[in-house]
Amino acid sequence: MDVSTEKEICLEVRGLNLFYGKDTQALKDIDMYVTKQRVTAFIGPSGCGKSSLLRCFNRMNDLVDGCRVEGQILMDGVDIYNKQVDPARLRRRIGMVFQKPNPFPKSIYENVAYGLRIQGVNKKRVLDEVVEKSLQDAALWDEVKDRLHDSALGLSGGQQQRLVIARTIAIEPEVLLLDEPASALDPISTLKIEELIYELKSRYTIIIVTHNMQQAARVSEFTAFMYLGELIEFGNTDKIFTNPTKKQTEDYITGRYG
Amino acid sequence: MNTVEEKNSLYKSRKQSVGAWFGSGEPWIWVTGSAVAASVIAVVGLLLILLVRGLSHFWPADIIEFEYLDERSGQQTTVVGEITDSEQVSLEQLRSAGLQLPEEGGEFRQRDLIKTGNRDVTGSDFRWYLSENMRNIRFPKGLMVLERYEWGNFYGYLLNVKEQGREIAAQQPAEFDPETWQVFEARLKRAIELNDTIKAIEKHETRALNYRLERLRLAERELELEIGLDALAKNLAMAEIAQERAEIDAEYEVLQTRLTDLHQQVDRDSFTAVTADGRQLSLPFAKIVDALLPNQLNAVEKTWVWFTKIGRFLSEDPREANTEGGVFPAIFGTVLMVILMSIMVTPFGVVAAVYLREYARQGFVTRTIRIAVNNLAGVPSIVYGVFGLGFFVYGVGEQIDQLFFQAALPAPTFGTPGLLWASLTLAILTVPVVIVATEEGLSRIPRAVREGSLALGATKAETLWRVILPMASPAMMTGVILAVARAAGEVAPLMLVGVVKLAPALPLDGNFPYLHLDQKFMHLGFHIYDVGFQSPNVEAARPLVYATAFLLVVVIAVLNFAAVSIRNHLREKYKALEH
Repeated sequence: MDVSTEKEICLEVRGLNLFYGKDTQALKDIDMYVTKQRVTAFIGPSGCGKSSLLRCFNRMNDLVDGCRVEGQILMDGVDIYNKQVDPARLRRRIGMVFQKPNPFPKSIYENVAYGLRIQGVNKKRVLDEVVEKSLQDAALWDEVKDRLHDSALGLSGGQQQRLVIARTIAIEPEVLLLDEPASALDPISTLKIEELIYELKSRYTIIIVTHNMQQAARVSEFTAFMYLGELIEFGNTDKIFTNPTKKQTEDYITGRYG
Repeated sequence: MNTVEEKNSLYKSRKQSVGAWFGSGEPWIWVTGSAVAASVIAVVGLLLILLVRGLSHFWPADIIEFEYLDERSGQQTTVVGEITDSEQVSLEQLRSAGLQLPEEGGEFRQRDLIKTGNRDVTGSDFRWYLSENMRNIRFPKGLMVLERYEWGNFYGYLLNVKEQGREIAAQQPAEFDPETWQVFEARLKRAIELNDTIKAIEKHETRALNYRLERLRLAERELELEIGLDALAKNLAMAEIAQERAEIDAEYEVLQTRLTDLHQQVDRDSFTAVTADGRQLSLPFAKIVDALLPNQLNAVEKTWVWFTKIGRFLSEDPREANTEGGVFPAIFGTVLMVILMSIMVTPFGVVAAVYLREYARQGFVTRTIRIAVNNLAGVPSIVYGVFGLGFFVYGVGEQIDQLFFQAALPAPTFGTPGLLWASLTLAILTVPVVIVATEEGLSRIPRAVREGSLALGATKAETLWRVILPMASPAMMTGVILAVARAAGEVAPLMLVGVVKLAPALPLDGNFPYLHLDQKFMHLGFHIYDVGFQSPNVEAARPLVYATAFLLVVVIAVLNFAAVSIRNHLREKYKALEH
């Protein structure tokens, strides 16, 4: 089945190369699509470049000294690496959740309101509404509604990660980048995050990097397998997991290396 | 003996070799522990010495009276005073000083330092007396000690109290009469209250009038210097000034009459006192700060007196070339200068550190700048003083005078050492510390938090303002704490850029603009130096040196504690993620 025909394309990667410094090439000639309102999973062994690729989508790699990108990533037909693109605006449309929960040392409320305050929204009524809705969407509202003004650092790891997701969806991005969002969490918190991804995928385009192949199989519609900076295979999750075309993919999925 | 068995045993080895002892790590614990102990002893010892030597000065000691056989003249005199010190002196040394002393009695003789006061009568306050030549030591009840505005303490007996030269109470010096003392105390209280009123008027009202007059003079001079104004407008303005001056003059007149009247009132009463050797002195009550009968006080009363004396030391202005009175202006100057310095140094150092750490490309130039900044912290402070004098006072200050205070010239306003320049000089002296500490704090903020903010669409500047700087604020406070600790203890540069031995007024008062940055000020550190080295009366000054040094330590400690508690509060608020 052709990936691109099933639904609208949200992001398109064309001939993407990523270099760290002069010699290290982290990504080699990547071509792929990300489909709207579907979950795309990146799998592969450590160091294969899946996180690097994810961070290309919201230009997080800009912050790394000596990092260079060749090729294009198109969003609405615009190359996001075009000089005229404002990374801050791009990141408002492509939100990101990191491997380790990274709430700000502020109150729960202020964490969620942060993105809006950045955009100059300071009306209490609007903020209250958005904070409540985002926390509900992130399935955290019931747990924190009585202590919104306590420090976010007092929450458990799983709660913190859901808070970070709430913070991200508060600014209503189109795409959510999830960089191994559950790898630092216990199984129950992981389950909650997965359920959350399941809830969110009807409204957001989600790209998730994961080490956990069951997780990829459970939550995603599309899967990209990467190895040593190259995109080995990309297609429907069912197909990748049941009938991979490439031998490397099969070896990885069956646990022969990685 | 089975060696294999011993080798495999889990019990501690019973062999007590030196090597094994070193191997156990025990000596290391002892070495580290004793280093800590030595530091603690040094700090506690320092504070104790300052505390004991400084604060014992304020204790109202008993006054001793004895007959003394003078070694040289052979005459017997009566001596009155407080014992302030005693030491053992070798016979040889005493003989070479010209004293005829018998051989028996030992190789070493004790001599006591007696504070005899009465400098106006005898010419000196302190004298050494050999203990063995003291006869008939006693503590008469009627002996009083008077603290005076001039000539130091007076020790002696009260003879009579006079109102406008007419005797209203009298007693025999040898027999203490409580009623006479009551009259004396009542009159003294009245005089002190009147004196306080006079001082308050002089300090506030007279000074305010003088200030207004000075501003008027400057306004007039400005008008004269103005070229563009036509003659009519000028004359009009001049007339206005003249009218206001007349008003001030009238107010001044009223104030002067009030002051003269008060002075007459305070000079009404006087008393006669007699010294130990029988000389009579007529003294006005107006010249007395405090009177005590220490030999009649019990321990509780003495403690009370001790506390009030310490209180006066903390709250009063210095007198008699800083050897008497309090140190309040010095405390005030120190604290104000340090606060101003912190206000100047914090934004400057933080902004510099933000650029170095967040914006500058981490290359050769940045590294060089960082090394230079670190080395700046090692430049001797007097060098900064010279820089401050040359750059701020003579450079910037004179330019400011030329541009904004032309009316006051040739008298300099900012072209002379003052509070602003002292604070700025110390700010430059301490800015490396703030930069280094802030950079340290910025570098410790987890990358994840920065990325989290950027991922939400914040720009770098927004991330800095909303997340990074608040999180780095405890580190900034650490920098400020170190800066305060260094600045509060500096004396050398201040001598060049603004500290004086005696400032006529506090740099903060009720006259607009309230904070007078151009004024010179007093400083505890310089006060110690001045009292210790420049004082004409070494013996009287010595305890004050200890007391002031202790006070300086306390002031620095208080400033530091204030900064530390702010930092801890911030730290609690912006607890970094435990990653």
